[in-house]
Amino acid sequence: MNDLSPDDVQAVWLTLKLAGVTTLLLLLVATPLAWWLAFSTRWYRGIVAACVALPLVLPPSVLGFYLLLLMGPHGWVGELTQALHLGRLPFTFAGLVAGSVIFSLPFAVQPIQNAIEAVGMRPLEVAATLRANAWDRFVSVALPLARPGFLTAIILAFAHTVGEFGVVLMLGGNIQGETRVLSIAIYNHVEAVEYGAAHVLAGGMVLFSFLVLLALYLVGGKVRVGR
Amino acid sequence: MKILKVLIAAALMALQGQVAMAGEVNAAVAANFTEPMQMIVAEFQKETGHTVKLSFGSSGKFYSQIKEGAPFDIFLAADVKNPKLLQKEGLAVEGSDFIYALGKLVLWSAQPGLVDDQGHVLRKGKYNKIAYADPKLAPYGLAARETLEDMNLWNVLQNKLVTGESIAQTYQFIASGNAEIGFIALSQVTKDGKVSEGSYWLVPAQLYNPIRQGAVLLSNAKDNAAAKALLAYLKSDKAKAVIRSFGYGLP
Repeated sequence: MNDLSPDDVQAVWLTLKLAGVTTLLLLLVATPLAWWLAFSTRWYRGIVAACVALPLVLPPSVLGFYLLLLMGPHGWVGELTQALHLGRLPFTFAGLVAGSVIFSLPFAVQPIQNAIEAVGMRPLEVAATLRANAWDRFVSVALPLARPGFLTAIILAFAHTVGEFGVVLMLGGNIQGETRVLSIAIYNHVEAVEYGAAHVLAGGMVLFSFLVLLALYLVGGKVRVGR
Repeated sequence: MKILKVLIAAALMALQGQVAMAGEVNAAVAANFTEPMQMIVAEFQKETGHTVKLSFGSSGKFYSQIKEGAPFDIFLAADVKNPKLLQKEGLAVEGSDFIYALGKLVLWSAQPGLVDDQGHVLRKGKYNKIAYADPKLAPYGLAARETLEDMNLWNVLQNKLVTGESIAQTYQFIASGNAEIGFIALSQVTKDGKVSEGSYWLVPAQLYNPIRQGAVLLSNAKDNAAAKALLAYLKSDKAKAVIRSFGYGLP
């Protein structure tokens, strides 16, 4: 085993932290969104669905570029965060989280939406006739039935955030311990012809990704994963 | 049959003629030299009929790409170290390197009036982030680091530094206002001999090791007449005038 420098260890932890926080936030955002997309009959449902799926097809460089401008001092997000005395998001961990949430959104929404659609309204209506309130229906009926969808969403969102590169490169500024995540560290090692260090991290990444996918197929064998 | 032979011979001759007349050059160019190179190449293509394809990036990145067999014909680096290294490794033609420009480092801000012409802003100014290019990859990043070290600011500013992977990205960080100030190449903000926007401090040359930018013919192209012509053209008075107009010095 090649030696892992403290900087690289830090990059690994930072990446796990980023993926963890992002996944948690995504669950909070994606669940109501997926719910709404599954059952809404509004005319603008298609527009919302298209916006949610946009990060699937856009190059990360496009996302990164616009996020950099939006979050910058002259962008409206930047003006908002400054007005709230939160400072600016680019070059910060919070900025990476914001970018990752947007970047990985479809990976969380779509599996949940599929699962909720598969469950359908019927079991919820039955629960309602048994006087379960809305919260109860959601927690005791919808959640357990849609569980494979949630698990898929968690695994995919986490893994996708770990593997994120373009957005982080354009937003992060490569600051050690703050924004230098694993993919950036690997990129730097390769660029600087430090192949030994790159191998350790890149090899680990391959192994990690394989295990994630394996888990995915073992856990949610029936849930389809597609881009 | 005879007619066929003549036709084939004619076709071959035409093909050969074309190769000799209109060559193609793949050029790897340091990001700081983007605009002057585009102007120089436009003129070169007009005069010679050769086609030049330009790639821009950091010198360190190009070095590793060339080492891995990237199909470049010439390499205009932001330093002399990378061209020399490539020669030593047999990837560039021995003795073909020369210095085509002397780079100048500026501390620049997109905001007018933020950077003073003595660089006092570094110590006293109000700013959250200062951008520079990765010193491992970009010679201008190294020069920026040397400058800050010389001013005893390197350790002080650690938590304000953000790193671009090339000076092109560094420029982008500053131009978008996400970093209020940063170190880039004078050429990036110079048009027709003057800095056109924002505010800047031309870093005194004694604060950093000279940025001698070396060009070299890569082994791929040792028989590529167009590539050699382009390198020769870089030394012409016309090209030198363009180089100077972007704020570079000449050897």
